[in-house]
Amino acid sequence: MAGLIGKKIGMTSIFSAEGKNIPCTVLQVGPCVVTQIKTKENDGYEAIQVAYGNKKERKTNSPMNGHFKKAKTSPKRKLVEFSNFKKKYKLGDTITVDIFKDDVFVDVTGISKGKGFQGVVKRHGFHGVGESTHGQHNRLRAPGSIGASSDPSRVFKGMRMAGRTGGDRVKVLNLKLIKIIFEQNLLIVKGSVPGSKGSYIIIEK
Amino acid sequence: MDLIKVTENAFKKEIDFPKFGSGDTITVSYRIKEGSKERTQNYRGVVIQRKGTGATETFTVRKISGGVGVERIFPLYSPAIEDVKINKRGKVRRARIYYLRELRGKKARIKERRF
Repeated sequence: MAGLIGKKIGMTSIFSAEGKNIPCTVLQVGPCVVTQIKTKENDGYEAIQVAYGNKKERKTNSPMNGHFKKAKTSPKRKLVEFSNFKKKYKLGDTITVDIFKDDVFVDVTGISKGKGFQGVVKRHGFHGVGESTHGQHNRLRAPGSIGASSDPSRVFKGMRMAGRTGGDRVKVLNLKLIKIIFEQNLLIVKGSVPGSKGSYIIIEK
Repeated sequence: MDLIKVTENAFKKEIDFPKFGSGDTITVSYRIKEGSKERTQNYRGVVIQRKGTGATETFTVRKISGGVGVERIFPLYSPAIEDVKINKRGKVRRARIYYLRELRGKKARIKERRF
């Protein structure tokens, strides 16, 4: 799918024409630079690699520096491949938010906020014991049984338990596009987007 | 410039009612939809706080209705707000006058500010 790389700016709310208060997220999208064009003959598939976010040349290793020099651009932080663009692009071209002009919905991928080590109630949506009295003591948010006894004599793989939560790659589908502000490369979508403010995100049509 | 502000300015509605703060007694004219009919409701009370910044700013108005305290939160830039009239300017020492919730009757009065 065609798309671009961007940054999450933050959330705000706006009033729709009907007077409803709509929560929305502001994303800064592109402009991204085309750093590689993958073709069927060379790579076995068709795709366009785009780059976003400036980085110091001193902090970039020399193979990557060479890669960016080929596209005649400064080193970038994020590289992502997309395909099925409407227009044909050459090496070194910039792609802006204009590509979302005719779209109603977009998909947004990001890295969700890390929550640390969390119990099963927060991590998997377990309901806990359900009662705080009737003989319960410190078991309010406990997972309960994790399996039978001597048969099978083990805990099944994939059993949902407590552990590190968040910090995963999450994709949110079909967020409604509310507005595009072309001067600042801003995309305003309805609803929330994974990740913290300033984190990198991938926006696809 | 702050990009959130850029976004909010793109949708901004001009407000044409006077500035008010906590302690002021105001009347909010609020448009209400009932089925297909629309009418305006006046809500009069004391502003106990203003909260938030930019497009998400809200204010809370408290009044005593039938002996029961009622608090209503209005978004400042809501298109349903037709008008805000200031009835009385109050003299208060803090921005959020939550202490008013514990006071009843004569004690819940706020001194008027004279200019």
